[in-house]
Amino acid sequence: MARKTVVPFGPQHPVLPEPIHIDLVMEDEKVLEAVPNIGFIHRGLEGLADKRDFNELLYVVERTCGICSFGHGNGYVQAVEKIMDVEIPDRAKFLRTIWAEIARMHSHLLWLGLQADQFGFESLFYEIWRIREKVLDLLELTTGGRLIFSVNKIGGVIKDIGDDKMKAILTNMSSIEKDMRVVQKTFMGDYSVQSRTKGIGVLTKDQIHELGAVGPVARASGISRDMRKLGYDGYGMIDFEPITSVFGDCFARIDVRLREVFQSIDIIRQAIDKIPQGELSVNVKGNPNGEALVRIEQPRGEAIYYVHSNGTKFIDRYRNRTPTFANLPALCEMLKGANYADVGMMVVTIDPCISCTER
Amino acid sequence: MGKVKRSPWLLHYDGSSCNGCDIEVLATLTPVYDAERLGVENTGDPMQADILLITGGINEQNAPVVKQLYDQMPRPKVVVAVGICACTGGIFKDCYNIRGGVDTTIPVDIYVPGCAARPQSIIDGIIKARDLFQKRSDEHDEYEKTHHGGAGEEKING
Ligand code: SF4
Repeated sequence: MARKTVVPFGPQHPVLPEPIHIDLVMEDEKVLEAVPNIGFIHRGLEGLADKRDFNELLYVVERTCGICSFGHGNGYVQAVEKIMDVEIPDRAKFLRTIWAEIARMHSHLLWLGLQADQFGFESLFYEIWRIREKVLDLLELTTGGRLIFSVNKIGGVIKDIGDDKMKAILTNMSSIEKDMRVVQKTFMGDYSVQSRTKGIGVLTKDQIHELGAVGPVARASGISRDMRKLGYDGYGMIDFEPITSVFGDCFARIDVRLREVFQSIDIIRQAIDKIPQGELSVNVKGNPNGEALVRIEQPRGEAIYYVHSNGTKFIDRYRNRTPTFANLPALCEMLKGANYADVGMMVVTIDPCISCTER
Repeated sequence: MGKVKRSPWLLHYDGSSCNGCDIEVLATLTPVYDAERLGVENTGDPMQADILLITGGINEQNAPVVKQLYDQMPRPKVVVAVGICACTGGIFKDCYNIRGGVDTTIPVDIYVPGCAARPQSIIDGIIKARDLFQKRSDEHDEYEKTHHGGAGEEKING
């Protein structure tokens, strides 16, 4: 029997944009066990709840993560609104939907690029990030920020998207859609992509259930679970179905995310079509008192926001369960028995967002 | 003296950033902003890097990692702190696990402000870092010449 060795992976590693450390117990080229070690980005953000009042805390919460910043803000304000029993205007709901979907596109494109980079397809990586800049341009146009844009507030949103900007979004969507069709063809049809991803890191439906994975990882294994179906924001008034695949391997996860980009384009079109005129926000008075739990669908999967408040300006506890945290057990399961050359691929395939996870 | 100017290599490390600045650094290196036209190249290996781009503040667990990366880089080296978190601790300054900006652990030469720092300002930081790196390597060569009788390669040749 071959000797066992422990190979450290990370925290600083070329395939990783973010630090995570995994100890890989290896026998020859096979991974026997993977032991993750996190905490490199832990800041203690939830602890700021007793130093910042509940309005200011929003800006801290948005900086949980720069990729899904809008979603975090959205989850937090929804929780506070639920406690204070505030019903926000319909226009604000639709605006939130539009921004959330643009942010989802930006996140998925980012991931697709990193995945392409991971298996050494540099030109595809660059092409996708070129397309992604168009998405960021839209965010900058409508909110003023590229990644962190603080447009939510408790009781609604603070900015409107005018008609001319809506038109700009639609024009850009068409051009992004055209570009993405080419990218999709490359991803789905290229021989080298298939040889690196097909049949790698397979998770069955039962395994996903057992490990509690969420988001595209779960959907790629055939579980049709999408929190947007709960109908928060404007999603209740929009027509869409969760995108799934049955294969559960790395290739299926690419496929699901690619199709979700098109789904987002579709949702944005519907939202722009259906958005009503009206107020942007309602006046909110007083302090929150009580607790609420909100589930929303982030680009990486289901995220949970919990707020417990006591009637003062400062809330007692803010808690956040992020999708990557739920996907880490799935990753460790996937890594067991994997080839060393595929480790980077598998780590990237769950779309790890470490700074959300560690906060 | 017709000395070939070296292309400095970048090492990028994510301290405890929220990813915002982190992605902007990556975006700066991709074709739309294309920092590589300035003659720098991104590397994953600290032993080959000349410029360290670091995002996010320092916390208890990553302080030794940052220190180790810095020590592994060959001299001369330049450190650029990208984003307000890396400059001072930023919005997370009061968090219990944050020590503060990067300069609490290693010396920082250039501070790039912004939350998230925009690609344009990151490019500006890289240009400043490149010039500073050139200056430092010239000084380093000068020092070698006066103290050890010429730079290594000249000794071999003659
Ligand atoms: S400066 Fe802002 S965007 Fe950059 S890492 Fe800090 S919180 Fe995130």
